[in-house]
Amino acid sequence: MTIIDTPATFARRHLLTCEGLKAGEITALLDLADKAADQNRQVHKKRDVLVGRTLINLFFEASTRTQSSFELAGKRLGADVMNMNVATSSVSKGETLIDTAVTLNAMRPDILVVRHHAAGAVELLAQKVDCHVINAGDGAHQHPTQALLDALTIRRAKGRIAGLTVAICGDVLHSRVARSNINVLNTMGARVRIIGPSTLLPSNADRLGAEVFTDMSKGLEDCDIVMMLRLQRERMSGSFVPSTREYYHFFGLDHEKLARAKPDALIMHPGPMNRGVEIASTIADHARSVIRDQVEMGVAVRMAVLEALARQLRND
Amino acid sequence: MRKPISTAMPSTDTTVFINARLVDPGSGFDQPGGLLVKDNVIADLGEHLRRNAPAGATVVDCRNNVLCPGLIDARVFTGEPGQEHRETLKTASHAAAAGGVTTIVVMPDTTPVIDQVALVDFIQRRARDNAIVNVHVMAAMTRDLKGEDMTEIGLLKRAGAIAFTNGKSSVANSRTMRQVLNYAKDFGALIVHHTEDPWLTGTGVMNSGEVSTRLGLPGVHKLAEAMMVERDVRLVEMTGGSYHAASITCAESLAVISAAKAKGLPVSCGVSINHLTLNENDIGPYRTFLKVRPPLRTEADREAMVAGLVAGEIDLIVSSHDPQDVDVKRQPFAEAGDGAIGLETLLAAALRLYHGEHIGLAPLLRAMTANPAKLLGLPGGRLEKGAPADLIVVDLGQPWVVDKAQLRSRSKNSPFDESKMQGRVLRTLVAGETVYEYGQVQR
Repeated sequence: MTIIDTPATFARRHLLTCEGLKAGEITALLDLADKAADQNRQVHKKRDVLVGRTLINLFFEASTRTQSSFELAGKRLGADVMNMNVATSSVSKGETLIDTAVTLNAMRPDILVVRHHAAGAVELLAQKVDCHVINAGDGAHQHPTQALLDALTIRRAKGRIAGLTVAICGDVLHSRVARSNINVLNTMGARVRIIGPSTLLPSNADRLGAEVFTDMSKGLEDCDIVMMLRLQRERMSGSFVPSTREYYHFFGLDHEKLARAKPDALIMHPGPMNRGVEIASTIADHARSVIRDQVEMGVAVRMAVLEALARQLRND
Repeated sequence: MRKPISTAMPSTDTTVFINARLVDPGSGFDQPGGLLVKDNVIADLGEHLRRNAPAGATVVDCRNNVLCPGLIDARVFTGEPGQEHRETLKTASHAAAAGGVTTIVVMPDTTPVIDQVALVDFIQRRARDNAIVNVHVMAAMTRDLKGEDMTEIGLLKRAGAIAFTNGKSSVANSRTMRQVLNYAKDFGALIVHHTEDPWLTGTGVMNSGEVSTRLGLPGVHKLAEAMMVERDVRLVEMTGGSYHAASITCAESLAVISAAKAKGLPVSCGVSINHLTLNENDIGPYRTFLKVRPPLRTEADREAMVAGLVAGEIDLIVSSHDPQDVDVKRQPFAEAGDGAIGLETLLAAALRLYHGEHIGLAPLLRAMTANPAKLLGLPGGRLEKGAPADLIVVDLGQPWVVDKAQLRSRSKNSPFDESKMQGRVLRTLVAGETVYEYGQVQR
């Protein structure tokens, strides 16, 4: 069996953003991913959905888990996977993004997975190539596969997404993970809250469909899911937050704050974690922490996305 | 073993003030009466206590002098820690008590700067052990007062800092100011800002105008202040943070504040006693004791400040008490240090406006009692049952001449030295305890 028979209705050329994704599209991807997750737990993990196809990981920004996750997903589906190391490529010699795209396009890849530090860069690149493009993170804009893997993790743990209250906590301002999650969770019928100091909240965040809190204890009240975000080190020394000590005190997830959430609330984090900054070490390793499940679901969701795109690959 | 049941002790620390003119600036109440102090608070007050003392109470006859809340001075610099030769919390508190000030708010401009929780704690403990008036800490809003990285506003507030300021300096970086206002808002923390554009101020040492031209001194334009106030108000509009301009000096700045208030923005302002009662002409032949920041302005500007106070547009009067030693002040004007002491002369100098019939007694006192208490969330500043017995008895008419040798501050840089004053504090109480009595030797 080469293609799992599913009622997939995801029929887009690219996966660039979660904004505008329909519930049916998301459900289709999650259903596919569920099967991929089961497959990944077998001894024999490989299928030949993408045999003969080329997948290029084009990462302009350092990444460990996302890049290896896509690499593994591509390989498990039989694709030839190439990782472009931008640090040693022509990009570092001054080539423009569009020239890079045109050059890569000439090598006739089938799927490009792109991460870039500038919001909108992946979409710009997608306009210049013939292959399918997956956004693996563009600036503070979107990180669609992260939101999908989070949704999958929640759905598997809670059996549903609709009706749950999800708190996204921390540096929402700079977070593509938060933006993608707000889109997906809203579409799937969850209630989304965002929590952080005003200096780390984007303007008009409420207009995205999230309830905004600057007091974490209040924001966590009766939540089903507590999703922590990473706070980058350069933002902890006075320009956005005075210190890691103060941040941990008011916005770090510790047992006292977690007690405000529902007793069965799940703890999530997209990684990499700063233990003792945004999350207490014992919380990260808590029985209700699904942080490692998120990583596992990451591979499954990326396989699902690759598979959905593969169905549209031309065979001429 | 059972403990003996305690019986209510006959109160030995009950004091009644009879024959007083009770003035509660917040409500405008101004009537003859008496006031009862028990257990460190105002237990009762009114006409019925004017001549009748409850049995067992210590009686103080106010001889028809004013009995009002002690003053709250929201802008006091000391030298502790780091420059104790200028002033300590102890010496500042004695100067305050003699001036009728029962609460001082100390600025973070010390060595080291009060920008950490441990230092707030240090000031509080030193004040508890050494000061005879209430001392509150206004912590630094940027680390080391450099105007770059914000301090731990949440933790500092929790430690007891009542507001946040950059002390004597302005934050030039608009982005930093925005972030501080934005961040402080989440914690309900008030930002108090000195407003002088540092680039426009440059090397200026006095108000820019005819006098500076005659004296050959580099001037500071008053709009350097108004521009900073204007920028700050826009940032308040952007962030919703609470803001207080520490010490404005000209009509242009006041107009910006008034317009912001009319819009409903959380904005207020203060004026120093120096800018209410002195002008640039008082500098005369390069008198460095009148070199202050922001600089003394013209008589028209001073009049605008008085008018703003009368109109209620200016919320606070502060002393901007800033002790400087002789070596710093005995310099050519441009090279001399900034600052003037003012705790001990604050009330007497302010009463000039009352005696000159520019303003009523209650509105004048309000800017030094009820208003700062409300702005800073302090319990004092009012004459009400249950309020702390921080009180002063003032003889409004008594004339005296300021003699710097008699001032209690460790530094003697008073701009009012040898000035004639009318109005003297006869007694100062903090939490019901007399900490100053005119004519008595200090403890």
